[in-house]
Amino acid sequence: MNEQEKDRKPGRHISRRILLGGAATAAVVLLKSSYGQVVQKAITQAELKISDPTKVLGPPPGEVGTRSKFEKPVKKTSDTSSRTPLQDLFGTITPSDLHYERHHAGVPVIDPNNYSLTIHGMVDKPLTFSLADLKRFPSVTRIFFLECSGNYRSGKETMTPQEICGLTSQSEWTGVMLSTLFREVGVKPKASWFLAEGSDAAVMTRSVPVSKGWEDAMIAYAQNGEAIRPEQGYPARLLLPGWEGNTSVKWLRRIELSDQPWMTREETSKYTEGVKDGKIRQFSFVMDARSIVTYPAYPQQIQKGWMEIRGIAWSGRGKIYKVEISTDGGRTWNTAKLQDPVLDKAHTAFRYLWEWKGGEAEILSRAIDETGYVQPTMKQLKEARGEDMGGYHLNPVTSWLVQRDGRVLFKPEN
Amino acid sequence: MPYLKAVYRQESIKITMNKAYIGCILVIIMSCNTNPGPRPDLVKESSSRKADTTGWPASFGLGRPASAVDIEKIDIDVRPDGVGLPAGEGTAITGKTIYMTKCVACHGTDTTSGDAKLPGPVLISDHPGKKNKTIGNYWPYATTLFDYVRRAMPYTEPGTLTNEEVYHLTAFLLAANKVIKETEVINAQTLPKIVMPAQHRFVNDDRRGGNEVR
Repeated sequence: MNEQEKDRKPGRHISRRILLGGAATAAVVLLKSSYGQVVQKAITQAELKISDPTKVLGPPPGEVGTRSKFEKPVKKTSDTSSRTPLQDLFGTITPSDLHYERHHAGVPVIDPNNYSLTIHGMVDKPLTFSLADLKRFPSVTRIFFLECSGNYRSGKETMTPQEICGLTSQSEWTGVMLSTLFREVGVKPKASWFLAEGSDAAVMTRSVPVSKGWEDAMIAYAQNGEAIRPEQGYPARLLLPGWEGNTSVKWLRRIELSDQPWMTREETSKYTEGVKDGKIRQFSFVMDARSIVTYPAYPQQIQKGWMEIRGIAWSGRGKIYKVEISTDGGRTWNTAKLQDPVLDKAHTAFRYLWEWKGGEAEILSRAIDETGYVQPTMKQLKEARGEDMGGYHLNPVTSWLVQRDGRVLFKPEN
Repeated sequence: MPYLKAVYRQESIKITMNKAYIGCILVIIMSCNTNPGPRPDLVKESSSRKADTTGWPASFGLGRPASAVDIEKIDIDVRPDGVGLPAGEGTAITGKTIYMTKCVACHGTDTTSGDAKLPGPVLISDHPGKKNKTIGNYWPYATTLFDYVRRAMPYTEPGTLTNEEVYHLTAFLLAANKVIKETEVINAQTLPKIVMPAQHRFVNDDRRGGNEVR
């Protein structure tokens, strides 16, 4: 029985709540949206009854917090992935339950007491670590993004940032550096590649150059202050900052050191892309620089006046150096403000103050990273890679078309 | 299921020394950056995240030794040089029977259109679709087939195929994709010797850093 039905029940004693609600009927009120716009919102009778929170005793402290019942950010799911609602987020940390997902055989259930990670192959001492062992090693905490290399969709005007490139998310990760474990097992100098293997139903594998293991790879067991979520690799996963997400193998059970790559299914028939002259590029690990405007964006409708154009920029090569904004379809560019701290290989929030006076406008952003790389247009990508470039490692400048009535539409292909 | 990895490993070390060039090329590409380097106006203080090991003991004494038996239980990978392939062999004709029982529901038959929407990719179509990425025209190594089918298939019953079944299926998929003749026997010796039609098309990452779009 819901609240309204309870209230209608005949003979029920008159509670303080009913009195406070008065003779409320469904109404239309003006609310301020999270971006400061005034919008009309239909309010249900039940909601209106508690519209004065100063007159209702709230619930006591709880064991686990909840999202406001008025906020419903959700991932957009497909058979193989689910996408982060970039347009609903603020700042740069993705709430853990909204982190994008891409699995190759579902999410395994792993009892942390039975979990182990074995490192063997070209090492002095093959060792098996329990989760407790991993947690006892010197730890590191670091914020960086994780992005699927197949993170670009296009094709129609009615697409949200989530639909276009929602396979990117950012967390604060805690774990042990892989170099710490390499040191412990004694990786032989001639080892040049390692195999990372997950304990999902695909027992998914990728080959990774050992140099990345020594440089900045992590075995993470925590995400945003708590144990990693099952969807993100519970109880422990590999993380390769700045590299295509598939290489950061989740539910990591085994690392084998070798002097050559394994040519696994995911690094040959998948996660490779056509380039010119009929060639196919393999081991393209690094995610190039990219940005997207998340406000204004479809499906928002803007109103005349001042607003902040907002979005995120990131690069797998290092720090974001600059983000430029155009509101006239790329004829002129202005420098956006970057929100500190600008971190290495991390989503970086940008904003640019803009007055919309009505009329059509085309809003674009382009990221420039500290290596001097400038986010390309789709045309530049096609020129560089040829027409058969496939769907991996596409990071084109994305364009939003503001209509005269304030509607904002995605401009497919740029 | 014990694998014959150890037997092949001694033999393979010589081969792998020659194949080390794959890794070397990548390292050379990454170090031969002719483009402008990092912007001089930025100090890249965090390019290396190597742990500061000052004051660390030689070993933390954590973890337990992994015995050969422990490793063998989970060491299921197969390399392009054949390291990791188990004993046994298979043929296309037997593979077809297994395929028609355990694989066809998701992957279709030779008369299925290459563009058909099935739970899995169309694998043996005589009518290639627009996507046109098949074992015959895209997969660069035959060993990958054995490795992947054994670790991940059938999708709803992963890891249930015997080594013999995987050899048979590998033979069938290679024959159906016109890579081998239907009569060829696939085993630990023959599989690594197969040169896949698309192997010559694969190149290592050729992006060189800096401001170049590639």
